[in-house]
Amino acid sequence: MNLGALLGRRRRQLVFLAVLVGILIAFRPSIPIWGGCTDNLNVCLNVVSIGLFQGMIVALIAIGYTLVYGILQLINFANGDVFMLGSVITLIGVEVAGLTSDSSAGSILIVFALLLPFTMVVTALLNASIERVIYRPLRRAPTVATLIAAIGMSFILQNIGILLNGPSPVSLPSLLPKDNVIGQGGLFEFGALEIKTSHIFVVLVTLPLLIGLSWFVRSTRQGKAMRATAQDRDAAGLMGIDVNRTISLTFLIAGALAGGAGLVVALYNGQAWWFYGTPFGLLAFTAAVFGGIGNLAGATLGGIVLGILISLNAYYIDTRWQDIIVFGILVLVLVFRPTGLLAAKLSERA
Amino acid sequence: MTAQNMPSGGRLRMAGFRERLADPKSQVPILVVLIVIAVLYAAFYNDLRQGVLRPIFEALPFPSTNVLIVMCYYGILALGLNIVVGFAGLLDLGYVAFYVFGAYTTAFLASPLHDLHVPWWIVVWVAVGIAALAGVLLGAPTLRLRGDYLAIVTLGFGQILPVLARNLDNINVDIGPIHLVDFNLTGGNIGVNPMDPPILPIAGPWGDELIFSNSNPVAAFYLVLVLLLLSFAICVRLRDSRLGRAWMAIREDETAAASMGINTVSTKLLAFGLGASFSGFTGAFFGAYSTAIFPESFNFAVSISILIMIVLGGMGSLRGVVLGAFVIRYLSDALLPYLGSFVDEPIRGLGNALPDIPILTQRLQEFHLTSYNFLLYGLILILMMLYRPEGLLPVATRKAELHGLGISEEVSLGTSDEVAEAATDEAAELQEIDLDEGLEPTTGEPKQPGAGP
Repeated sequence: MNLGALLGRRRRQLVFLAVLVGILIAFRPSIPIWGGCTDNLNVCLNVVSIGLFQGMIVALIAIGYTLVYGILQLINFANGDVFMLGSVITLIGVEVAGLTSDSSAGSILIVFALLLPFTMVVTALLNASIERVIYRPLRRAPTVATLIAAIGMSFILQNIGILLNGPSPVSLPSLLPKDNVIGQGGLFEFGALEIKTSHIFVVLVTLPLLIGLSWFVRSTRQGKAMRATAQDRDAAGLMGIDVNRTISLTFLIAGALAGGAGLVVALYNGQAWWFYGTPFGLLAFTAAVFGGIGNLAGATLGGIVLGILISLNAYYIDTRWQDIIVFGILVLVLVFRPTGLLAAKLSERA
Repeated sequence: MTAQNMPSGGRLRMAGFRERLADPKSQVPILVVLIVIAVLYAAFYNDLRQGVLRPIFEALPFPSTNVLIVMCYYGILALGLNIVVGFAGLLDLGYVAFYVFGAYTTAFLASPLHDLHVPWWIVVWVAVGIAALAGVLLGAPTLRLRGDYLAIVTLGFGQILPVLARNLDNINVDIGPIHLVDFNLTGGNIGVNPMDPPILPIAGPWGDELIFSNSNPVAAFYLVLVLLLLSFAICVRLRDSRLGRAWMAIREDETAAASMGINTVSTKLLAFGLGASFSGFTGAFFGAYSTAIFPESFNFAVSISILIMIVLGGMGSLRGVVLGAFVIRYLSDALLPYLGSFVDEPIRGLGNALPDIPILTQRLQEFHLTSYNFLLYGLILILMMLYRPEGLLPVATRKAELHGLGISEEVSLGTSDEVAEAATDEAAELQEIDLDEGLEPTTGEPKQPGAGP
């Protein structure tokens, strides 16, 4: 397709975009983020990079929502709380291992290497058993009934969080060194960009999980079964796919990713709290809807975009407007473009 | 059994009150007796508690007048949400958004915040109107959405409005004639405190004027009881009205309802508006009764707990949702603290006595039964969905739908074939219900498909 035809087809969008850019340029100083970013690009770059790392964590949880929605058309409210339990388990693991901020890097690494799979396995099994015990008997019930049951499950998980971790937030010893990897004193400098060890840790955990998941869904037999089940559960069953097993597997994966995200957040934020499940869960769900629910790439993209937006908002405006931005996006997307940013083609769903 | 469960027909022309009292099937006498008991109980609660019955009152979890008040205003909220969720079938996870409107309207008009002191008896109707308007405004964008997308958008509104209430305390606007510098609209984090209570200039044993606030809980209870009864009566009339039947038609099948000539847009908007208006009553009462409101009082948990009430009682059933509200509030405000007073100490003692087990010991030592309130809510939601999705006091049709005749709505969001098939099934069921006029609520056993007369 040549450029002219493309321009012709997309003319309305282009005009809209041009007007938007015009507004942004004309009102530059009075638009908080835009003005701040163009004034000092270096600071802006840092803020965006921090947002990117946060966004990758959000993406991990968002994929849990999108996978389950794709296959069951269920908004698994409990997913955020499975994530929260992941961070509580991490905290307990760190306590049991007796790590302090003075522990040697080697011992910290060994504990992480053991704790990450442990947390992921526990949350995966938890998520799959929730499906087995509660959602499976309700599979033929109205979607609203399952949604309400999921909200109930979310409350129960929160109370397990209170049981394990107490009613107030608990701090972890700061285990991730805050040295610059890129920037002053780091390996190399790139403008004023500062990337710390803790950010690298986030990338080292989340990126392999994201890539591994994408490979699994796209290239394995089981992944194919998941995609088929998402497309048409009954037809998939007729083709000899064990639908129940596939759904269980989906919940296992969603739970494992939420658990991994829980570990990363516990270490990165240095805190675990039973209440974190709800805000992170809603944020991740918004990301999933933003990217087009049911769409894996969309959930990742949505998570990253939201992470960057939140980070920009926190630096240039005020964190107290965060909920309005996040839920405003959620409402606007659902009302005006319910298919999300990347409109999910059925074949891409998983 | 009840007016509510009667098949639609002549009954809808409201019989005279006296005839209904005489009707052996009517529940109006029971209602009257319950109201009289409640009125007497509240009037003599303090005397009884201090007087001869003191040992009984101390030994058993009788609700205090304040708990009764909370039960009643949640009853009103449940009735309001029931119109949206129970009658019209629009799952609303953000009912608290409307509640915010009701409460803050009262705060704006009757508090030192903006130095307005409109009498509460006028404010309450303004609050009802503003809440209804908010319902229509927030309902409008959701009209195209169905099922869980609708639920999520309403959840979004429920999250946004309390944050707005918290943040709009230093507005700076400079557009044309509007010039605001650090304008405090909502009172921000510290809320609005104090607020004017409802006052009647009637002298009596209570003083020069009758104040309906937490300083005089008995009067406040009577006020909220009147509001609850008024709401209940409005709901009964709405349910039996043309509009009410239109809502239920939309709940059962929106497409079919539209093709029968129901204007789905205005009907749904009316559901949102009228449903929200009840939160105007509660908002106005809650603020005036507690003489203060805080943004924290309006969170997701409130929306969900109201939803739990109507799920527990039975969606669409008016007696059911009020019962649900009473049960839930009684459980968390009276029964749990009561049980806690027995089990908290022994469990903490157990924590002290046991050898030190890392997490468990600390949890036991700090044990507080009331802090596991939401565990109970969660269990109720799940168990109800698994074993009694129609609720405690269901409407007959819904019970039949969920048990005897199979589940008709949205078997899955699958292919068009599936949907078509489900639609055919549904049509068949509807026919069955029509034939089977005797869908008597008294028959405990669910009817089997095709077991018509």
